[in-house]
Amino acid sequence: MENKTPLLSLKNINMVFKKPGSLLKDQYIHVLRDISLDIYAGEIIALVGESGCGKTTLGKIITGLYKPTSGEIYFEGNKVSGIFDKKVTSFNEIQFIQQDSYAALNPVRTIYQSLYAPIKNKHKKWSKKEVDAKIEELMQIIGLYPSEQYLSKYPHQLSGGQRQRILMARAISLEPKLIVADEPVSMIDVSLRLSILNLMKELNEKLKMSFVYISHDLSTSRYFAANGKVAVMYLGEIVELGQIADVISHPSHPYTRALVQAVPVPDPTYKGADELPLKSMQLGSLEDRTEGCSFKERCLYCTSECNKKQTYQSSKTAQVLCCNLSTVLDKDK
Amino acid sequence: MKENIVEFKNISIDYPMKKYTLRAVNNVSLNVKRGKITALVGESGSGKTTLSSSLIRCISEPGIIAEGEVIFNSNDGSLINVEKLKEKELRSFRWEKVSMVFQAAQSALNPVLTVRQQFYETLDEHGIKLTKEEKEAKCLKILDFVKLDSKRVIDCYPHELSGGMKQRVMIAFSLLLDPEVIILDEPTTALDVITQHYIFNLLKEINKTMNISMLLMTHDISVVASFADYIAVMYGGRVMEYGSVEEVFKNKLHPYTKGLINATPSIIGNIDDVRPIDGRPPNMLDLPKGCVFSDRCPFAKDICKEKEPETLYKEDGSFIKCHLFLGGEDNGK
Amino acid sequence: MNKEKFSDFLSTLKIFFKNLGHNLLNFLKKIFSSKKTIIGFVLIMVFVFIGIFGPLIFPYDQNTDVANKYLLPSTEHFFGTDWLGRDVFRQVIAGTSSVLEIAFFTAIFTVTIGTILGIISGYVGGVVDKIIMSITNIFLSIPSFPVYLLLAALITLESSVSLALIISLWSWAGLCRSIRVQVMSIKERDYIQICKVMHMSTFHIIFREIMPNVFSYIAVNFVVAMRNAIMASVGIMLVGLAAYDPTNWGAIINAARMKGLVNYKNILIMIYPLVFIIIFQISTLLLSNGLDETLNPRLKVK
Repeated sequence: MENKTPLLSLKNINMVFKKPGSLLKDQYIHVLRDISLDIYAGEIIALVGESGCGKTTLGKIITGLYKPTSGEIYFEGNKVSGIFDKKVTSFNEIQFIQQDSYAALNPVRTIYQSLYAPIKNKHKKWSKKEVDAKIEELMQIIGLYPSEQYLSKYPHQLSGGQRQRILMARAISLEPKLIVADEPVSMIDVSLRLSILNLMKELNEKLKMSFVYISHDLSTSRYFAANGKVAVMYLGEIVELGQIADVISHPSHPYTRALVQAVPVPDPTYKGADELPLKSMQLGSLEDRTEGCSFKERCLYCTSECNKKQTYQSSKTAQVLCCNLSTVLDKDK
Repeated sequence: MKENIVEFKNISIDYPMKKYTLRAVNNVSLNVKRGKITALVGESGSGKTTLSSSLIRCISEPGIIAEGEVIFNSNDGSLINVEKLKEKELRSFRWEKVSMVFQAAQSALNPVLTVRQQFYETLDEHGIKLTKEEKEAKCLKILDFVKLDSKRVIDCYPHELSGGMKQRVMIAFSLLLDPEVIILDEPTTALDVITQHYIFNLLKEINKTMNISMLLMTHDISVVASFADYIAVMYGGRVMEYGSVEEVFKNKLHPYTKGLINATPSIIGNIDDVRPIDGRPPNMLDLPKGCVFSDRCPFAKDICKEKEPETLYKEDGSFIKCHLFLGGEDNGK
Repeated sequence: MNKEKFSDFLSTLKIFFKNLGHNLLNFLKKIFSSKKTIIGFVLIMVFVFIGIFGPLIFPYDQNTDVANKYLLPSTEHFFGTDWLGRDVFRQVIAGTSSVLEIAFFTAIFTVTIGTILGIISGYVGGVVDKIIMSITNIFLSIPSFPVYLLLAALITLESSVSLALIISLWSWAGLCRSIRVQVMSIKERDYIQICKVMHMSTFHIIFREIMPNVFSYIAVNFVVAMRNAIMASVGIMLVGLAAYDPTNWGAIINAARMKGLVNYKNILIMIYPLVFIIIFQISTLLLSNGLDETLNPRLKVK
């Protein structure tokens, strides 16, 4: 695995948004800071973090909707400048599934129209019959059949779960190698969430598609990315990256620890922690950040070391961005 | 003093439309125990919001209570029939007896008023005669109670607060007139896990120290497991099962409850046992004949598809609505 | 190869028209589900009918007949006669077609200019947006009436098309701005972002994804522009910018006013075209409200 070229490789990605401030001085918000991430073919990576930690921005950079302020993106070893660069191999190889299935489909176009256009756009020589056959095949894969029943409908006539499946069909219609799924199940009824996740798992196994699963929910991430990795994000940085099973059972970074403990467990006999290992519940601000650790205000293990620039260190299970890792790990014993 | 603070008695709520009538809540009887947290669990459209809004008589238009009544047994021993309250009495009943925390805190707060103005306005509106100093002291006290920096927050406009802070302001707001019951409508849906953990710890503290009963609506069964005392599972406008959280989770009697618990991934335990509920959520205009869950129930028998099950009450006040537990052995095949 | 391409093209064309027919039928079904639309549409159709066939049934005699001036309504002269003994009813009927022409052309000009510039401005953004917006600002800030007065001193408008052009010059800017805002908001929606991820062409995004979303708004505004055109044309007649046409409703009102309203009979003559204008206004109002209800997704109750 180590010797293979990653499917997608992000190197030191920074993202700065300009926020119109006062007349004289614009404010700059450092949304992503020094993100490096490798995604291999057929792999599932869960991006987990609080709202505002930059996980959606990172997803949009991967799909090419945003251009990073600095940093490099390599697709199968080739440098990529942006999705609108047709010469690049990543053309149409990365697709995006959004959170709100209602907003992701044009309300005035039928499902058929929404599915037909991208396929025809990619395969300009295909006749209508060929495209129709492809659509039929997609509807079989996502489990909506007989397909005529759904194709002639408008988005508002379908249920949330069905719309999410349509989004899935649209994403795989261009046979991408990587799908970025931004909270794909957070707006879906509980009883249907798993079936959507199962469908994505199936696509991952059968079609060997890689997935980047963006979510704030560790439980569904654990289910979906069972054999994959997790990248825990905090204020625009990946603070911990490792196999998801290990990270959840033995979290290293102080933030990951708090996050894991905060997740409610569907079992009343389970006794979770009453107090989270955090100094305050207040999420730090992205504005006026200093060089040092972004988590230091909330961290129980904070020392003067934390004001320096952070580097990644290895714990037994993961890459961790924390200066006092050894102290943190020692406290366990 | 009675054990039940709120009694829903055979409530049915209709939404008359042009061509048909939608029965959102069908013949529900439910008790809310004094000083406890009762959770109403259900997917979207199960009628949980409609049912609880009948308690403060603000069912969204054009809904009407077709049958049944809501009885409120106040702590001072008086008995209030919510349906029969006059407009003026209703106004003081809301917020002085029963208050509510909404899902979207950002839209529940007036954007052009400071927290202080909104709190004072509500105090004045309810004819509470206090001097300026007393008012301020009262507001600061409850803001302190929800662990906010009260001196700063009280003069903030809603947009100056983060999502978690706004939700805590809303909780403080609901405590303003010392209510006996607080209705919590998905209070943490828009918030991330760590904030959710803090908010629920806070609510539990309020519940214990102030002896305020709570009615929590949620779709997240993990939250119920770690937070509530009693659970009522709603499906298709009916309460399918009611009981203490420990018992319901231990026994997993009703097939829907069982399905719901099994469909919720957790961060502990085996993930292979997790599976979705087949089929799709009920269409309230076209409910299956017989038991409303019969079309998705893996244990459905012939009788389930013909006759709606009676409610089976047990000695401890819990009940279940399912043919599997009715009529003993002869019906069992 | 070429033959194949051609047949493929033909089949695409066939599907296009089939879809078009199907969509049109659905569309008609949808818009006529509102009573307001039906009433408004029928009333406007009545006006169109009057405009086309009215002059054939009740031909207008331009010749004056002073002996029969200021006659009260009778079976011979439904609306009576004016100060020169001409039949007011026939005058009003004869004026219908020109009024409709002005309304129709104005609506077409206004909507075309407003939509095209609005979409360009909203979708392209940047410098183009700034330029177009400053042009709209000019037209929105300079009041139309003084300009009409100035122009009236220089030229006289002959045809209804040029009249329509002048009116639409002062009404496209508002439409352009509101379409721009809509396009700007739609451009940021999730489904447009997906189109970009999928590398759909700009042509596809504008005409297939954005246009159908603003179509209802354009349809409503077409009717609104027609309504405004009537008001504006009456104003232009009053100012005297347009050629004197004794049968135009605005001209009739103007002439009656000039004759002096002290004579109650002049007021009586004025009333008929006024009533016609009011009915036309109401029918367009009904039609636009009806269209708005059925087409505007924001007003639709889910």
